[in-house]
Amino acid sequence: MEKLLNSLSGTIIAGFVLVIVEILVIHAIH
Amino acid sequence: MEFVAYDWWTQFVRWGHIISGIMWIGHLWYFNFTQTPTMPKIPTELRPAIVRFILPEALFWFRWGAMFTLGFGLILAYMNGYLLDAIKIGIGDNNHKFTAIGIGMWLGTIMWFNVWFIIMPNQNKVMGVTSATPDEVNAARRTAGLASRVNTMLSIPMLYGMVFSAHFY
Repeated sequence: MEKLLNSLSGTIIAGFVLVIVEILVIHAIH
Repeated sequence: MEFVAYDWWTQFVRWGHIISGIMWIGHLWYFNFTQTPTMPKIPTELRPAIVRFILPEALFWFRWGAMFTLGFGLILAYMNGYLLDAIKIGIGDNNHKFTAIGIGMWLGTIMWFNVWFIIMPNQNKVMGVTSATPDEVNAARRTAGLASRVNTMLSIPMLYGMVFSAHFY
């Protein structure tokens, strides 16, 4: 995880992946 | 008088939340998109100028931006009547908005905690505000940098939750 976050592009990609997770969580709850 | 109406105050708090948030996340992105990647390219003799002059000033607006964003945000959620619904991320409410704003609020709160209780104590060691050995300074720089990157990563889904909840309907 630290290796990923040491890269700026890795950080941004991880952020976008979390957005997908967030959308899935929103739809899972409802 | 419309000026003092409840809705006017809600708008005022929302505006405070957004400009504080821009102050906070603007500085966060400055650190991660501009300052940190540029530091290795700066000649060694010039680097103290960043650490001694720009960094303390930027961190001042950064940490207080975070504090006011959280404060205005909690007041706004309370005034809008969904603070508790958002805290339990809309479970049992059958409302997408509470889930989205709730996830955004929880991510923002984690980020606020990172700023005040992880990034700042470690940056104070880096800037020499609190005394530390050279090894401790190196460890502090790494920890603060990592927490800052975590916050940059979290800012992306945090902003998605905030904007989604406000504009989805």
